[in-house]
Amino acid sequence: MTKNIGILNSVKPRIKEIRLSLYLLSRNRLTRLSLVVVILLILVAIVSPYIVPYPEHIETEANPRDKLLPPSGKYVFGTDELGRDIFSRVLYGTRISLQTALVAVGLALVIGIPLGAVAGATGGIVDEIIMRITDIFLSFPPLLLAIAIAAFLGPSLENAMIAIAISWWPWYTRIIRGQAVSIRERQFVKAARAIGTSPVRIIFGHTVPNCIAPVIVQASMDIGGVILTIASLSFLGLGAQAPTPEWGLMVSTSRNYFLNAWWYSIFPGLAIFVTVLVFNLLGDGMREILDPKTRKI
Amino acid sequence: MRSFITKRLALGVLVLFGVVLITFVLTRVIPSNPAAQWVGQRATAEQIQAAKVELGLDKPLYVQLGKYLGNILKGDLGRSLRSHQPVVAELKAYLPATIELVLVSTIVAMFIGIPLGVTSAKRKDHLVDHISRFFSVGAVSLPTFWVGMFLQLIFYRWLELLPLGDQLSMGIKLTRNIPHITGFLLFDSLVTGDFVVFRDALAHIILPGITIALYPMGLVARMTRSALLEILDEDYIRAARSYGLPEKMVLWSYALKNSLGPTATVVALSIGYTLVNTFLVEAIFSWPGIGNYIASAVISLDYPAIMGVTIFSACAYVMLNLVADIIIALDPRVRV
Amino acid sequence: MGGYFEIKNLKVDFKTFDGGKNVINIDNLSLDKGETFGIVGESGAGKTVLALAILRLLFSPPAFVRDGSILFEGEELLKKTERDMQKIRGRRISMIFQDPMSTLNPVFTVGEQIVRVLRSKNRVSRKKAVKEALEMIDMVKLPDAGRIMNKYPHELSGGQRQRIVIAIALSCGAEMLIADEPTRNLDVTIQAGILKLIAELQKELGVTVLFIANNLGLVSATCEKIAILHSGRIVETGTVREVLKDPRHPYTRTLINAIPKNRGQRVNVEKVSFKEDKSVCEGWCRYYSRCTEKQDICRMQGPVLRPVGGMHMTACHLALKGGGIGGKGNIEG
Repeated sequence: MTKNIGILNSVKPRIKEIRLSLYLLSRNRLTRLSLVVVILLILVAIVSPYIVPYPEHIETEANPRDKLLPPSGKYVFGTDELGRDIFSRVLYGTRISLQTALVAVGLALVIGIPLGAVAGATGGIVDEIIMRITDIFLSFPPLLLAIAIAAFLGPSLENAMIAIAISWWPWYTRIIRGQAVSIRERQFVKAARAIGTSPVRIIFGHTVPNCIAPVIVQASMDIGGVILTIASLSFLGLGAQAPTPEWGLMVSTSRNYFLNAWWYSIFPGLAIFVTVLVFNLLGDGMREILDPKTRKI
Repeated sequence: MRSFITKRLALGVLVLFGVVLITFVLTRVIPSNPAAQWVGQRATAEQIQAAKVELGLDKPLYVQLGKYLGNILKGDLGRSLRSHQPVVAELKAYLPATIELVLVSTIVAMFIGIPLGVTSAKRKDHLVDHISRFFSVGAVSLPTFWVGMFLQLIFYRWLELLPLGDQLSMGIKLTRNIPHITGFLLFDSLVTGDFVVFRDALAHIILPGITIALYPMGLVARMTRSALLEILDEDYIRAARSYGLPEKMVLWSYALKNSLGPTATVVALSIGYTLVNTFLVEAIFSWPGIGNYIASAVISLDYPAIMGVTIFSACAYVMLNLVADIIIALDPRVRV
Repeated sequence: MGGYFEIKNLKVDFKTFDGGKNVINIDNLSLDKGETFGIVGESGAGKTVLALAILRLLFSPPAFVRDGSILFEGEELLKKTERDMQKIRGRRISMIFQDPMSTLNPVFTVGEQIVRVLRSKNRVSRKKAVKEALEMIDMVKLPDAGRIMNKYPHELSGGQRQRIVIAIALSCGAEMLIADEPTRNLDVTIQAGILKLIAELQKELGVTVLFIANNLGLVSATCEKIAILHSGRIVETGTVREVLKDPRHPYTRTLINAIPKNRGQRVNVEKVSFKEDKSVCEGWCRYYSRCTEKQDICRMQGPVLRPVGGMHMTACHLALKGGGIGGKGNIEG
């Protein structure tokens, strides 16, 4: 009878929390809107190769006669200096940006989470070493670090992903380590250790599942910033290379033409802005909903 | 407090050393031919070899590193491979423009960001709050390089109100004597009473200044708002109200002072981002600052110049972090 | 009888996303000028809500004052504008809170906090304000006022902090002081000191004190009249002697029972029930689920405060049946 009460008492507050979160979500129009747009962007990213009006313009050049045309019925966002349809390239760029961002953040998590979990759960000198390394990385501004690494590795989109992953992992390690240290003292971990569970099993079976939630939330809030970083790196020539239709690269190329061909820089830049904006808004909204201190109730 | 500062400074020096080491190794690893660069394009093999010896490039790496470190302590950062000028002198020439730009942007960011955050917190969930929150998130989501170009498009191309780039107009530069005391054009021209130059410098700094100011503005507004909201829930704010203190006083003097710590930290952390943004903006606006200097240095692999700017930026960053830490330590509750 | 401070039919609700809940429902509460009135209630009974409601410091949402009136010297507090309330707070009615550490602003010295309040409310020069602040610190019996002035809250002990809080609250000459569990977070010996201070100040300054606590023994020792608060309702009120000698409400009796008495005498725990039954409906007596003497009528009608002799009033259907029920749990006055 006590067992049943135990389960009931842990399920009821969870359900209430979910109900509260959904209620707050329904009240916050801005967050709902950003959620919708984010889902829209993901859909666009998935289907873009199939729905762009000029699929051949995505990478190869075409129609040099049609270069630098203003927006029209034929070319919705106008054309660039090689006659390519900017609308198609911007649309396809969604796919590139989201993919790259996901891979970069994923890589950072793959590096950061185990390191943090091991550091926090083991403690002692292992903890010290890992945290010192993390501190060194953290003392550099991440954007600067990413630029340096990308410059070192050579300019390419893949290297940009790696560069970002290397600059970002320390943040996640720090979060996880903090959580892991507090979990280390919890009853169920002590019990597992008392029974003689192997440390690896403890770390990955007990510690990680319990502290992974805040990191996942943080990572999804970071996606906006990562997209911006990718665009910045490409703008500098350190990320995507021509003819890849990456937004930052398009803005960079447009520098020679944009004073007379405003559409060339406006639309890719707008794409960056809107995408990063909705991801950030979503992250903000999620944080407000999940953080008990900022709720009104 | 003193031991705190000393400890942080020591840590900073350590970080600096690490930066120098890493950059040094990196620039040696990247294939380039510094000796050839030094002598110029139409050099003979002998001249290149002579240059190698002169530059000390024939010695083993650790010897080169030692010599370099020794030179740093003497204040010598080597000579630029392209211009043969001492890097320190070149830095001195280009630095004021960058610092002026960063200073103006930061001041603008604070002066708009903090009141925005306060108003947003005071009128939580009203229209003002929603608008300013949207603005803050928008400001940190904007790609800085794009904003610069966008502003150029509107204010230079379409409205023809403001100049495209550079610090001063060509006409002014050729026809007038530019006052030079500190190197900060706005300050110098104001102090010497040269209002023509002042107006021109002001017109030129508006666009790049705003472009750089946007990111920290959004950050500061957001941070001020959230810190303030937390503070406004605290018991001592409720107590202050119970004494009958006017709401304005409660907000601006009681609550705000408590929120400066976290805001300062956030700004310090964002300085790294702002630095990179400044370099980008300098490229777009042809601003004669360090950003442009390092851009051309990187392209031509002028490694003494690269090292010089890297060391300087790292120094600046460490200093700023130290300032932020000190501001936090000013909170009487923090035991230092 | 009454006329100085009176609360009538005050109803305060709290609205959460789960629904609404009535938190305060007070028929009648009145204070005479210069007296010390105690309100006793357990945690969650609505004590702090009541205190905040008087000074209009509740946040709406989630709190809503649905009905009622709070009269202070004949003025209706619930109808005043915020500006008028600001004039009343600190200068005529003041409040001290439970936790002195969180009541003081951590980034200002305690002296600075008194000075700021004085300068803002009385518009005096800084020099004068500092002088008055030193006088206030003396008045709360803190030695070496000059040194204390420059200390930060975290550098003082709990008792010292609470004295400073009292100093700030009374600095502008308030005539009525609401003390919301002022000694809850302090050690017992320090408690005694603070209570003594409040009593002395009350005599010296003629302040009316509304003393809120969860400890019946504490309140009875310091106050002249008391009211027992349960679930936001006053279930019994009267002079301390009346209530303690002849408690009419079952809850009062439980409270008295729970006071540890002489050594060796056991507390009758059976009569103390902690269950909170959420299914109590409107129209029932709020105490029904915990009451050991309930009858059918308690389920049909919520009892109202009715006088039972002297200033003694009780809200219980059974209390009106003359004489105390049983002789247990009485305390010789």
